[in-house]
Amino acid sequence: MTLLDFVRGPGFFWAFTILIAGIVLRIAGLLLFRRRRDLSTPRDTSRVLGGLRTVAMRSVPPHELEKNIKFQHFTGYAWHLGWFVTFLFLGAHLPLIRSVLGFAWPNLPNSVILVITAVTLGTLVTLYVRRLFHPVLRVITDVDDHISVLLVILPLITGVAAFAHVAPFGVRYETMLGIHLLSIEALMVWLPFSKIFHVVTALMTRFRIGAAFIRRGVRA
Amino acid sequence: MSHDETRLIDHLRARGVSRRGFLKFCAALTSAMALPPSMVTVVAAALEKARRPSVIWLPFQECTGCTESITRAHGATIEQLIFEAISLDYQHTLQAAAGDAAELARHEAMQANWGKYLLVVDGSVPLGNPGFSTIAGQANADMLTEAAKGAVAIIAVGSCASFGGIPMANPNPTGAVPISQIVRDKPIVNVSGCPPIPIVITSVLTHFLTFGKLPELDHLGRPKVFYGESIHDRCYRRPFYERGQFAESFDDEGARKGWCLYKLGCKGPVTYNACATVKWNNGTSFPIEAGHGCIGCAEPNFWDRGGFYDALSVTHWGTPKDVAIAAAAGIAIGATAAVLARRKQAAASKEIKP
Repeated sequence: MTLLDFVRGPGFFWAFTILIAGIVLRIAGLLLFRRRRDLSTPRDTSRVLGGLRTVAMRSVPPHELEKNIKFQHFTGYAWHLGWFVTFLFLGAHLPLIRSVLGFAWPNLPNSVILVITAVTLGTLVTLYVRRLFHPVLRVITDVDDHISVLLVILPLITGVAAFAHVAPFGVRYETMLGIHLLSIEALMVWLPFSKIFHVVTALMTRFRIGAAFIRRGVRA
Repeated sequence: MSHDETRLIDHLRARGVSRRGFLKFCAALTSAMALPPSMVTVVAAALEKARRPSVIWLPFQECTGCTESITRAHGATIEQLIFEAISLDYQHTLQAAAGDAAELARHEAMQANWGKYLLVVDGSVPLGNPGFSTIAGQANADMLTEAAKGAVAIIAVGSCASFGGIPMANPNPTGAVPISQIVRDKPIVNVSGCPPIPIVITSVLTHFLTFGKLPELDHLGRPKVFYGESIHDRCYRRPFYERGQFAESFDDEGARKGWCLYKLGCKGPVTYNACATVKWNNGTSFPIEAGHGCIGCAEPNFWDRGGFYDALSVTHWGTPKDVAIAAAAGIAIGATAAVLARRKQAAASKEIKP
């Protein structure tokens, strides 16, 4: 069995299975978490509204900190958006999406995707280098961050190499495509058990915090 | 059958091939083998001196498509020229003799040309049971071993002989194996394809006659000159791939405009063969030009590498049932972990209370 056969077959199957099982496992764990009963009288009962407001407020930089975190905030948006546009709108990806969902949508021209991918990759690398040298970020960066960033960058690099038929060290296209799929599978396996799990929890935790705050009369 | 001492050039001349025709033939083959133009005279000189090589062709578990490929070329092609120029001493499908007479011809040719004949094999060899495929009562594996001993080289024609092909496809009921798994002490050239391109077979023969050795091979034992680049690399639809213009179905606007067939399952990017350059039916076209994606028939295990109409990016993610099982497993593990954590918390709370 070649690398490509493995990653298109059992490799992807197991990565997908672990991804689904891992996400459900983490969510089940969160929902069944032991919580103390709050016996206080709620100051505000509009929990849904409060939750939604926090989701919205935390999606933009807080005014007080805007000057200091604007760069990180908007470059973060930029690469997230670029990553998902590349994933969701590259022509070669859509047959995979159709095979999983049963439907797909038109792809963007490759020239557009290539520019978006280049910007995304450049932004990600810049942010990672900044993280390595920034006095504060460096201290709060752990192994999870390093692996997570690497696993987010790798599919972009290997994908561009496979798409453009770049053959470093004489690597053939099918091997490059195999490495690209392998990098995606590594990301799928890593996702539920790492900080990348925020793709599932980011909105729901913000909502949960907002709902809890509004009960106490906090608007944040 | 006695050893044929006729020179190749004499045989061609006797068949009405002019000097000009012969040189055109040499030029075409030199070009096909990607040799420099200066080698045309070398090829011509070598072929002039060459004796008609004795060729023994053994068909095993095959469909005769490979033989059809080399014999059904239209017009007076160079494939036909060289095919008529070799001394084909044994070939089930083409020879007039049958039964004992045919087997006698094979044995006589082998004895007369021992150590010098080329052995061409198409079809895979069943090892599951000797009786699965026999010729004149002799198992394929035994016949191959016997014939290979006196061969100077072996040309495995077609994907079945090269890599096992369709007979070896899952679940491989006959225990089929390619030639290279049985013969290990002779040079083997794999001319894969289902069927292979006729000129590739011809060129391998010509290369052997000209240089006295087999051409340079890739990691799968195939002539690099024909299998060095992927179909995708030389495909005339490649610009559409680069632009992201794909046919979504076989009858949509994209298909009518000749856009890339990647999304319709074309395996051109992972298939190495000369279809896009040499083409078929006298250079008329090749499958992609006819509107169908490449099925990757020149690659090992092409039959078992997913659906022909699944794009290369489509992977085996399972079924909705598999996903449900994975989710159930996740719930079970998550719930167990939560229950254990709650018990631990409860125990800790009890300890804290006075």
